[in-house]
Amino acid sequence: MPLYLNDEQVMLRDTTKQFVAEHAPVSHLRALRDANDSTGFSRDLWKQFAEMGFTSILIGEDHGGLGLGHVEAGVVLEEIGRNLSPSPFLTTAVAAVEALKGTAHAERWFPGIVAGDTVAALAIDERAKHGDAIAMTAERSGNGFKLSGEKRFVTHAHVADLLIVAARTSGADVDDAGVTLFAVPKDADGLSHETERLADSSLAARSRFDRVEVDADAVIGEVDNGRVVLERLLAAGRTGASAEMLGVGGGAMDMTVAYMKERKQFGAPIGSFQALQHRAAHLYSEMEVARAAVLKAQQLLDADDARADEAVSVAKAMTGLAATLAVQEGIQMHGGIGMTDEYDIGFYMKRARVLAEMFGDSNFHADRLARKAGY
Amino acid sequence: MMTDLDQFRRDTRAWLEANCPPEMRQPVRSEKDACWGGRNPDFQPGQKEWMDAMASRGWTVPDWPTAYGGGGLSAAQTKILREEMAAIHARNPLNSFGISMLGPALLKYGNEEQKLEHLPKIARGEIRWCQGYSEPNAGSDLASLAASAEDAGDHYIVNGQKVWTSYADKADWIFCLVRTSKESKQGGISFVLFDMASEGVSTKPILLISGYSPFCETFMDNVKVPKANRVHAENKGWDVAKYLLGHEREMISGMGLGSTGGNPLIEGAIATIGLNDRGELADPLLRAHLALFDVRSKAFAAMSERFIDELKAGQAHPAQPSMMKYYGTELNKARHELVMAAGGSDALEWESRGSSGGAKARAWLRTKANSIEGGTSEVQLNIIAKRILELPGA
Repeated sequence: MPLYLNDEQVMLRDTTKQFVAEHAPVSHLRALRDANDSTGFSRDLWKQFAEMGFTSILIGEDHGGLGLGHVEAGVVLEEIGRNLSPSPFLTTAVAAVEALKGTAHAERWFPGIVAGDTVAALAIDERAKHGDAIAMTAERSGNGFKLSGEKRFVTHAHVADLLIVAARTSGADVDDAGVTLFAVPKDADGLSHETERLADSSLAARSRFDRVEVDADAVIGEVDNGRVVLERLLAAGRTGASAEMLGVGGGAMDMTVAYMKERKQFGAPIGSFQALQHRAAHLYSEMEVARAAVLKAQQLLDADDARADEAVSVAKAMTGLAATLAVQEGIQMHGGIGMTDEYDIGFYMKRARVLAEMFGDSNFHADRLARKAGY
Repeated sequence: MMTDLDQFRRDTRAWLEANCPPEMRQPVRSEKDACWGGRNPDFQPGQKEWMDAMASRGWTVPDWPTAYGGGGLSAAQTKILREEMAAIHARNPLNSFGISMLGPALLKYGNEEQKLEHLPKIARGEIRWCQGYSEPNAGSDLASLAASAEDAGDHYIVNGQKVWTSYADKADWIFCLVRTSKESKQGGISFVLFDMASEGVSTKPILLISGYSPFCETFMDNVKVPKANRVHAENKGWDVAKYLLGHEREMISGMGLGSTGGNPLIEGAIATIGLNDRGELADPLLRAHLALFDVRSKAFAAMSERFIDELKAGQAHPAQPSMMKYYGTELNKARHELVMAAGGSDALEWESRGSSGGAKARAWLRTKANSIEGGTSEVQLNIIAKRILELPGA
């Protein structure tokens, strides 16, 4: 498979680009933020995403979805990133769908996702940094389990219809085995959320599980063997976050290059100064390399190739580096105006930081690659 | 269902398995270790067999037409061949400026006679080529070159000096930029080919900081060059030169990918520094540098794949080779800094039990030229800024 978009994917990109720019540009995020909106995104927009077919991209045709792949999901995510559109697309239509795919839960939750009614949240992190250790417990109780512990950085938790929760059914924190994934409905007794507004004005929760009782059929996949599902969820989430970061970094770079052409100092556009040209050209190179890494990861995931796991970590680490550079250069080259709330470039910096942290930052993934390579 | 490409992969795998000598399934350790062919070849064990076997199928230049000694493979087949070679760690059968630089230029600009004369010899590794571009006063500002070609009827009389001519002392023929008119800087240049054995051609190696002399000064004193050896129209050589530079940048950018098979950088670091009881390299900061380098290196491998795919589909931006050259060479320099850091004092030893010819140090020193030759990093960044980002001129 050649490493560029095919004709259908290019068409999808063009449609998506136009749709997202029109319905959810940066001003949409700004308006939600200024209104201190308590949902954090627009339900109407989520519904429109469904009408466009976006929410069904990764859902199989047997469930009324489009049966497309990570490349197509990434096309949508890149435009979401470029426009900083707040939406549960990454967590719900990408990561949660991949986790539920092929399990009994698909029947229950996919119709709502296809329709743009259902939102899923991912309760997988327990510390300020994403990691492999899972301490939260799921104790066997009668026909089901009792979940106890706290999860963090659970975006959309306060409005989610279900939470996908990683808990420990046996073993110690760091063990691979003994992890089980659960689909927990929002109204479960003992579940509470402390919702926090993050730097990018999105909402995430610290979610407490106080002996939350679930039936045995809440288990996603197999008991004690949940890493399989979790890895699938993470591969999709990491690749998706990478695609969204490409959009954030690319959007910041485009704004900056446009500004370099128009802003004059010393009687000349600042873009004519070689010192800035070289930095912009370097940034372009980093972004292009990151773009290739993301497409490679998406294609390998879609092909169910054994090399996908490594490629996903490369993509997440590389987009983290490139997008961070893009927003830093963006602020610096805009000068003082870049520091103002009124100007949009600062919004890009905030979103890039959140996405860089989500599902493991560049250091986490570089470390992961090193470990797998045996050093 | 078995597709034609699956079948091709299967056949290719079997053929490579049967024909690639064991010595050719190990990483290239130094520049000397690579096979260059030519009239006076310096073959290491296994090299000639491997080169001849690949050439017999046209696979030294798999995507060239069979009429010119190529394999006539499609883009997809070429990719499969590359993947299958990588899978058994097979070395490049033939390193050649003829393959990477002159060949593509001849395919585009050469006439039929020139193609039939030169391309098959390049494919079979019979003639080793060098590049006569730079001059003492025309480096980054290449178009200001002065070597002259005076019209003498059916031939030119060439006079002047070239510099940084890689392996001129080992090359059989040269592709050379000469000035055929002074009226216009870029519009007065012609692209000619001549035999290095011609009367009036002499070379002198330039000793570098690495202790090697891969580069030479090349002197031309009344050299007779038949007009039939001019590629493309008179005074239109700059078109050929630019086209060829794109391919040169592509070739140099490939250096950031390192050698095939294993990860010698990591293996070297582990051998010198050792692992701690958690199985991590015992120097945590070096480990972090290596890991972040690995991210960029693997991402760049994907970029190289994408670039080749886009080139073949005619989708690549014409200035994209500048990005590849810039990134690839900076990455290669970073790799060799890490090789030296990982090797410690062992890597510094010029002659010792563990090192002969200062292999690591020489390779490290050699890479410092990567961001100078073929257009400096700064020149590439200028090109990206102006031609891709369309930033204004000063």
